[in-house]
Amino acid sequence: MMRHIISILLENEPGALSRVVGLFAQRGYNIETLTVAPTEDPTLSRLTMTTHCDDRKIEQITKQLNKLIEVVKLVDLSEGQHIERELMLIKVKAVGAQRAEIKRTADIFRGQIVDVSPCVYTIQLTGATDKLEAFIDAIGSAAVLETVRTGVSGISRGEKVLSL
Amino acid sequence: MELLSGGEMLVRALHEAGVEYIYGYPGGSLLHIYDAVYKQSAVKHVLVRHEQAAAHMADGYARATGKAGVVMVTSGPGATNTITGIATAFTDSIPMVVISGQVMSHLVGDDAFQETDMLGVSRPVVKHSFSVRRPEEIPELIAKAFYIANTGRPGPVLIDIPKDMTMPNERYEYVYPKKVKLRSYTPPQRGHSGQIKKAVELLLAAKRPVVYSGGGVIIDGSSDKLRALVDRLDFPCTSTLMGLGGYPGTGERFLGMLGMHGTYEANVVMHHADVILAVGARFDDRVTNATNKFCPDAKIIHIDIDPSSISKTITADVPIVGPVGTVLDEMTALLDEAGETPDADALASWWKQINDWRPRHGMRYEKNDNGLMKPQEVIEALWTATKGDAYVTSDVGQHQMFAAQYYKFDKPNRWINSGGLGTMGFGFPAAMGVKMNFPDHEVVCVTGEGSIQMNIQEMSTCLQYGIPVKIICLNNGSLGMVRQWQDMNYEGRHSNSYMKSLPDFVKLAAAYGHVGIQVKSRDELPQALDDALNKYKDRLVFLDVAVDPEEHVYPMQVPLGSMRDMWLSKTERT
Ligand SMILES: Cc1ncc(C[n+]2csc(CCOP(=O)(O)OP(=O)(O)O)c2C)c(N)n1
Ligand SMILES: [Mg+2]
Repeated sequence: MMRHIISILLENEPGALSRVVGLFAQRGYNIETLTVAPTEDPTLSRLTMTTHCDDRKIEQITKQLNKLIEVVKLVDLSEGQHIERELMLIKVKAVGAQRAEIKRTADIFRGQIVDVSPCVYTIQLTGATDKLEAFIDAIGSAAVLETVRTGVSGISRGEKVLSL
Repeated sequence: MELLSGGEMLVRALHEAGVEYIYGYPGGSLLHIYDAVYKQSAVKHVLVRHEQAAAHMADGYARATGKAGVVMVTSGPGATNTITGIATAFTDSIPMVVISGQVMSHLVGDDAFQETDMLGVSRPVVKHSFSVRRPEEIPELIAKAFYIANTGRPGPVLIDIPKDMTMPNERYEYVYPKKVKLRSYTPPQRGHSGQIKKAVELLLAAKRPVVYSGGGVIIDGSSDKLRALVDRLDFPCTSTLMGLGGYPGTGERFLGMLGMHGTYEANVVMHHADVILAVGARFDDRVTNATNKFCPDAKIIHIDIDPSSISKTITADVPIVGPVGTVLDEMTALLDEAGETPDADALASWWKQINDWRPRHGMRYEKNDNGLMKPQEVIEALWTATKGDAYVTSDVGQHQMFAAQYYKFDKPNRWINSGGLGTMGFGFPAAMGVKMNFPDHEVVCVTGEGSIQMNIQEMSTCLQYGIPVKIICLNNGSLGMVRQWQDMNYEGRHSNSYMKSLPDFVKLAAAYGHVGIQVKSRDELPQALDDALNKYKDRLVFLDVAVDPEEHVYPMQVPLGSMRDMWLSKTERT
């Protein structure tokens, strides 16, 4: 079982996303994260999804996705050098001496405090999935009030581009 | 510049797409379109009695002609009634265009009267679907739908049309596109030359080869090419349920069907083969039996137009993605070029071995001396009476397997059945779709008393349009295939597989204005068949043939076994 990051150029049309998601449900594949937004070309969306599966399954998944008429291009980023990022907004309990400690931890992780109230910090953090998880561990789950994560976005390193 | 309403554009575009018949049923959301249909004569409409049958009719038409069949149904229940028919076509890769009405755009999402999310409901069983958002785009969407349905691995395409897209008083410029291009859809045109070369080398080096041919050969119209290749190589050839007729059923090199109810020799040859050439077949679970025991010695060459069919259940050693026809052409050219032939000695001893295997079961069955006929003999008599040249559709059950086993199809597109989905109720409307387009050919539906009742209302449609199909009902008084499994696996507890209250089919046929004939014994059969085919040539005839309810379909692969593990009769196992 390996983690795969599948990146897709999709026709930016109603119904296209539901076909991608429907395919996963229908064939019993599991989606861990999913992000989607239009690209610089408004007729195309870029979709990134992560899934854990074995080689045989990922081969079927990519083949089945490629069969969808609206899928224009597809790449499994985990097959090559790539950059992946996720953004997290996290609300943590911050009172008394904790406030300075949390600020320090956020700095170490290059997080930014984007909102402050007497008892709560809201911190913004970007990075690979394991970095975000490490930050939550460092803060301690008892202090965490709420998290929201975008899911993974990814792009290949170097000259390789996914475009028409 | 011509101005047309949305409804008129739809009908005109269908005509330009080459459509002769629409199979459909009207309703509120379609009234503007039906009015446009009324005002022209180029495209004819066939009114069915249940929307499921419309889909099967279009499907039967498509299987016999190779062209997409067209279905038109109203929003809500009309549309959902077609789902089984769409799924049947989808599973067997049959081209179809389905037009479903929809409530007015401004009502979509409001749970309006007869609103269902047809795009959502049909999504898992269509190749693609569209919703019309502007009336002007109707011609283009029709052209795209046919292009997608007919090319690559064919399949059903649905177009959902809100009623306000077809208003009679709103007219738009009509432009039918000369060419369709979709940047995200490019069906493969030919296989990879390097792979094809490897395949040819493997074929030439084979000592125990077999060709395993599937529905892709029929769909691609490539049976001549397959025949030529099999014959020049002198290889044995077997076929899936969907591929029957791809290679002649009476041919010397033909081993019969393979798989769950395949012949002994086809399954044993597969098991012992060293090279398998799979052509347009998809290693379905009803073919392979347990995949971990599948053909242990074989190198597998797999030709398929759909990459996702390759190495899905069985890993291919030489995968070739491309249309069957062009790949076979290239193989043949390479063989010409190489000027080599396979090892003649090896092939001779392989054929000797095969011919020793052939009589082991030989599709024998025992006739009852007096008493009910066996279903197999009815199929054999039908083959004789129709000179093996009829279009035969079937429903699902024992009768389907007997038809596949005992009617030897020498031509492609003649055997029409729901192989992938196994849809009871398919056979009769499919036969109607075939007959309307081949009025001069004999079209026979082999069915069971269970299956026929799933779309029997279509006898009314047959009267309206004069569709003289012949229904051969192998009446065993039970859901035979279910009963067989209950005999084999549930100590004969026939839970709900018995039909205690069958109608009088002869009277029923008469009530619908057709001819019904009952056949109770062997001596009545030839005359009854002759009457059905000749005396009542232009009538629909329902032959209600009593057959032995105790009969089982054999051979039958043993679950979880290899290809060669089979029951050959109620008592004999390999
Ligand atoms: C729509 C549908 N429902 C249920 C089944 C399951 N099924 C497969 S064969 C069969 C029995 C068919 O009976 P009949 O048409 O009389 O054929 P026989 O097997 O007796 O020849 C059933 C119920 C099916 N294939 N399709
Ligand atoms: Mg029956």
